[in-house]
Formats: sequence, structure tokens, C-alpha cells
Amino acid sequence: MDNGLLIIEEEARTALPIVNHQSSIINRLRLWSLKKSIWVFHVNTGACNNCDIEIVNLLTPKFDVERFGIKLVGSPRHADALLVTGVGTRQAAKRLQEVYRQTAKPCVVFCMGACACGTGIFEGAYHVAGPVDNIIRQVDPNAIIAYVPGCPPKPQAMIMGVVKALSALQPKEKYATERIGQTVVANPG
Amino acid sequence: MKEPLRKSVLAVGPFHPLQEEMEFFQLTVDGEKVTDINVRLSYNHRGIEKLSETLQFDQVPFLVSRVCGICSASHPLAYVQAVEEIAGVKPPERALYVRTIINELERVHSHLLWVGLAGHFIGYDTVFMWAWKYREPVLDLLEEITGNRNNYGNVKVGGCREDVPDELIPKINRELDMIEKKTEMLTKAVLDDPVLHARLKGVGILKKEDGIKYAVTGPTARGSGIAIDVRHDDPYAAYADLDWKVISQPEGDVFAKAVVRLLETFESIKMVRQALAKLPKGPVAVDVKEIPSGEGCGHAEAPRGETFHYVRSDGGNRPVRHKIRAPSYVNVPSFKASCIGADIADVTLTLAAVDPCYSCTERIAVVDAHSAVIHDYEELLRLSREKTARIKKELGAPGMKLEGC
Amino acid sequence: MQQNELDRQLSQIRDRLTGIDRKAGNRVFLTCESEHVYEICRFLFSELGLRFVISTGIDATDYFEVLHHFSNDESGCIVTVKTFVRNRESPELDSITPLIPGAEWIEREMHDLLGITFRHHPNLQRLILADDWPEGVYPMRKEVQT
Repeated sequence: MDNGLLIIEEEARTALPIVNHQSSIINRLRLWSLKKSIWVFHVNTGACNNCDIEIVNLLTPKFDVERFGIKLVGSPRHADALLVTGVGTRQAAKRLQEVYRQTAKPCVVFCMGACACGTGIFEGAYHVAGPVDNIIRQVDPNAIIAYVPGCPPKPQAMIMGVVKALSALQPKEKYATERIGQTVVANPG
Repeated sequence: MKEPLRKSVLAVGPFHPLQEEMEFFQLTVDGEKVTDINVRLSYNHRGIEKLSETLQFDQVPFLVSRVCGICSASHPLAYVQAVEEIAGVKPPERALYVRTIINELERVHSHLLWVGLAGHFIGYDTVFMWAWKYREPVLDLLEEITGNRNNYGNVKVGGCREDVPDELIPKINRELDMIEKKTEMLTKAVLDDPVLHARLKGVGILKKEDGIKYAVTGPTARGSGIAIDVRHDDPYAAYADLDWKVISQPEGDVFAKAVVRLLETFESIKMVRQALAKLPKGPVAVDVKEIPSGEGCGHAEAPRGETFHYVRSDGGNRPVRHKIRAPSYVNVPSFKASCIGADIADVTLTLAAVDPCYSCTERIAVVDAHSAVIHDYEELLRLSREKTARIKKELGAPGMKLEGC
Repeated sequence: MQQNELDRQLSQIRDRLTGIDRKAGNRVFLTCESEHVYEICRFLFSELGLRFVISTGIDATDYFEVLHHFSNDESGCIVTVKTFVRNRESPELDSITPLIPGAEWIEREMHDLLGITFRHHPNLQRLILADDWPEGVYPMRKEVQT
């Protein structure tokens, strides 16, 4: 998990040095190019649909992620991040790799849910080729991967995960999110 | 059938700009009409039945709850009923009522989800936002009772794991009153809207005899005049004690299925209210020590139709065989009967009316006779919405008015 | 049809069955040898009008079992036809898909997972295993470990 980012409060802080170590000037510039408004593409690699529905819930009035600049797009070519759900079944694994290749870099791969983070309850099942990070690393060992556990993760957890990952990647930017009326600045710097 | 079209399964080269992924459903067309369908499953196949044989009887409900997220209360219930049949166990009365309450609440949020999705496919995004907004209180209620918005993990062999706390009952009733009012408003808006009538009536018709041949269940069947419902035909949980009716419509088109789902939502709300009022006192589980050898069949009416589980035991700790049949497994093939001869613009809607899992409908593409993709999912969505806009213009109709958005 | 009518009708095909097992009032298991399975299913589906539910394939070590489940919705009775495929080397059974199109997928699935060939099936192609899944490996057979 050297190049991945774990979405836990403390870890987000320690992830920073890893990102800086491998940064040359060019890499830093590329990371800054990750827009503040982040476009995400959703990929289902064999999920029960709970995570997928919670992702779609993000668009609905109660959570309304568009106010954070997070937008669900219809093609990986326009995406800054992939929201991946599911265990990564044998049939879906190649599709996921193909989608990853087509996504513009730099991009962040979010493993949404217990299945994507580590096959969850389906460990050992015969048709599982996952978890998702193994599948992605086969095509790109330096992929940036973030984990949002839960079964399914609540929409609030997904938003927090995305915001924290972005903050860890762009230390100079501050991302604000509201939690029960109080503004929380997710800046681990 | 006309002379056979050249059908190759997934033969689209890497250079085609629209092809990004292997598709679930490939529809072959002649002009604007669909002539054939090829379905490729496998993306979601995880091997759950085999995994079940490695788990103990009381661990399996957690696994099968994740077969499909929106039917996550019915799968463990059907399984647990099969095992209770083998063991000759009867759960306490209160457990039967709690099971009914959870399952009907699930039906309410699932049907609202469907209404939202159908709205999305035809370009009524207000309906989508609105229906999904009013799903949220139901999910919050389920979270208060069971601890999770989905994947409740609430049934076990012998009863339920969590009880409905008596203090929560007034709140549940208040939320149900609010949801009922909103659903009434939505139903009226749908039934009165001339654009929806023109857009949905006569579309994606599944004839009754085709429905029987394809062995469909749930609203897909009830929308074609096949008035079957496991809750009525082979009552389980507390359904035999409640006063409710089976909703069915004869026309078989998308409009009929929408009406069935909307009216069923009211029946579900009625049932939850009755169950809460009649909730008997007592424990919610009995202790089950052993499962003897034998076989059992359990079925439950999930929001999409009949969920069927067959379990065989040899007296040990684990099932020897566990067969799981989700309702979409028999409903989705019927798409063949309702889609052939239809317009491309109606394809996403017809599939949605069968109400498969959401991710199934994302994976649909139209190919020409040389298997080159000519319309991907985004395209099909656009065509569907354009048709709605055309109809709207022809009728000179204003947009749907939904208050309280 | 009502349960007593169903019971009466079932006794009509008694000569083609090797057993009738009634469990719990509304679960009936009919056992038969494989050569009779098609006509029994035809009797249940076309003459009695029972609804096809699904089929289950089981590896019972010395032979395979195929169960076809039907439902009599009017009385809530599930009637299961249980048959045996005794040739383990090349297991074959008559398909019921020509009679019930709704059985197409499940027979393809049993073919993928257990290796049973369904004679006269209109489209016995791979359904649920991945394109690159090795031929000849049948995951639901007992010898394949998870």
C-alpha cells in the first residue's frame, strides 16, 4: 500500500510526505491540475448495488455533492477520479483496467465499500479476481488509490473520503465541508 | 424471424470511439426497431452459492443479504424460512411482525427508487430528485431500527436479531404519514400527466402469455395481469394477519407497471401501520441449536418479485447446497419478449420497467449487423429523453408540478 | 388450483414417478428417473398450469441431481421434480427450455457450473462464467474447492 492513501484522520497527514517524496516540479504541477471541481466516473466491478445506490444518492437533494464541485460524468475520459464499487469479478477485472487506462491522468481511484477495499464478505469466492487495488496495480503500480470502507459506506463517509483525499493531494488548497452546522476544514497540513 | 443477422458477441475493436467496455445487453437493430437481444451475464457473478457451503447456517444471512442491495431484506428472509422449514422451527409472533415491518419498509424505498430512475430515463429529473429525497426518511427509519440503511442483517434462524423499540413507533407513524402524503401527490401527478400517458402507455408491452412462458414474478407479472404475490399465495411472516390487497393491472406496458408500484407503496404503508398497531409482546427469537438433515424451500416477495431459496442440510453445521434465485433472474429474460419490435428510444425504459438492479441498466448498447456499437448507454438515454420532449411539444403540455421539492 | 385438486391430479402421473414426498403440507417432492422428467414437467406446466420457479443442480458425489421447482400459486404449494443424472463422465438430461423459455438461463447456468449437457436446448452457450474461465472446470462440483 506504498502509494495508496488511507482515509483515516492521522493517515491523511502521513500520506503527505509520500506524495511529496515522489514529486518533482512536474509532478507537483500535474497534481495541481486536479481541478478543485472534481469529476468522477462510477465503475461497478461486481457489486450488490448498495454502494452504487449510495453513490447515486450523493446527487440527490439531501447530500447534493454538486455544491462541493463533485460531478458524476458519463465517460472516464472526462473524469478526475474513479468511484469503483464491487469485488472485481473475473469478468469485470479487464473492463476495470480498460476504464482506468482511458481515464485522464492524474486520477484518483476511490475504492468505495468493503468489497472494493478488500473483497469484503466475498473473500475466497471462485469468481473474484479482486480486490480492486490489485487489479489497478497490474496496469499501473503507481496508481493513486484511496479507500472508503463500509458496507455500504454512508454518503457522508463517501463525501468525507473524497474531500480528505483531495486535501492530501493538494496541500495548498483548503476544502471545507459542513458537519451538523459547523464548518470543518479538511486540511491535514 | 427474418433471415439470421450476423451476430457476434462482443466484436468491437479498440479503435471504435464509443466502445469502452464489454456490454451486458447487446441489441441488434433494423432501422429504428430492435430485432434481437444478446445478454451476457458474468460481471456480477461472485460465486455466492458455493461460498454458502463454507459458512455455518447462522452466518449465511449476512452473505445473502448482499446478493442484491435493494432486496437485502428478502434474501435472508427466504433463506431463513427454508432453514426453519427443515428444522421445524416457528419463530415467535413478534418476530414475524418485525420481519413484516422491515420488508415492507424496504418495499417502500425500493419502489420510490424505481419511480425516480424511471423519471431519470425519460428526462423527468425533478421526479428523480423528488422520489429519492423522500426515500431518505425510510432509510433513516431502517437505520434507527436495524443499525444500517441497507443490509439490515436483521433476520436469523428462529426470529430476528433486533427488535423494533416501542418508543420508536410514534416516530415511524409520523414519517409514514408524511411519506404517504408525498406519494399521493406523486401518484396523482403521474396519473394526470398527459405527457407521461403518451410516453409510457403502449410501451414495452409484456403480454400475459409471454409472462407465463418466461415465468415472471412481482410487479413485472402483476403489470401484465398475472395476479401472483407470495405474500398472498403462500403467506409468511405476518401477512396472513393483515388487511391488504394484491395490486395488478392488465395492460402489460410500462405505465401499468408504474401504477402497480405506486399503488403497492400505499399498501405497504398501510401494512406497516397495521403491523405496528398489532405488534404482539414477547421475544423476537427462539434458540435453535441444530439443523437436522432435510431440504426446505423458502420464498419471499421482494420488491422485484419472488425470491426463492432452496436449502439442503445433512445434519451438519453448514448447508450442503443452497440455491438462490433472485426475481430479476426470471424477469430480465422477459425483456426479450417486451423489447423485440420496439423503438430504440424505448429500450432503456422497457428494461427499467422490469426493474433489474441499477447497474444492469448501465450496461446496455445497441449494435448493428456487424456488431459495431452505434448507440451506447448515454446515447440511448438521450434518445429516450428526446422522445419525451417531442411528445411534450406535440401535446403542448406544461411540465409536471411537484410541490414541496 | 386448490390443494386437494392438485393432489388428485398428481396421482395421475404416479406410474412415472419413483416417489412422492409431502413435507409440511405445502411442499411436495416428486422423484423420477431422467427419461420421464420432460413429460412430468410438461404435465405440471402445460396441463396443471403451475408456474416455473427455478431449477437447482446438485453434485451428490455418485451422481447429479437436477431439481425443477414449480409453484401452484393458488394454494401456495411448491412442487419440486427431482431427477438423477447417473452418468458422471458425460452427464446429459433433456432440456425443458423448448417447453418453458424461462428455463433457458438456469439450464445454461447448470451447464457452466456443473457440466451437465441439456439435450435440445436452443442456446447452450456460456452464461455466467468469465470469458477466460478454463474449460472443463465446473465450480459447483464437489472436487473444486473454493
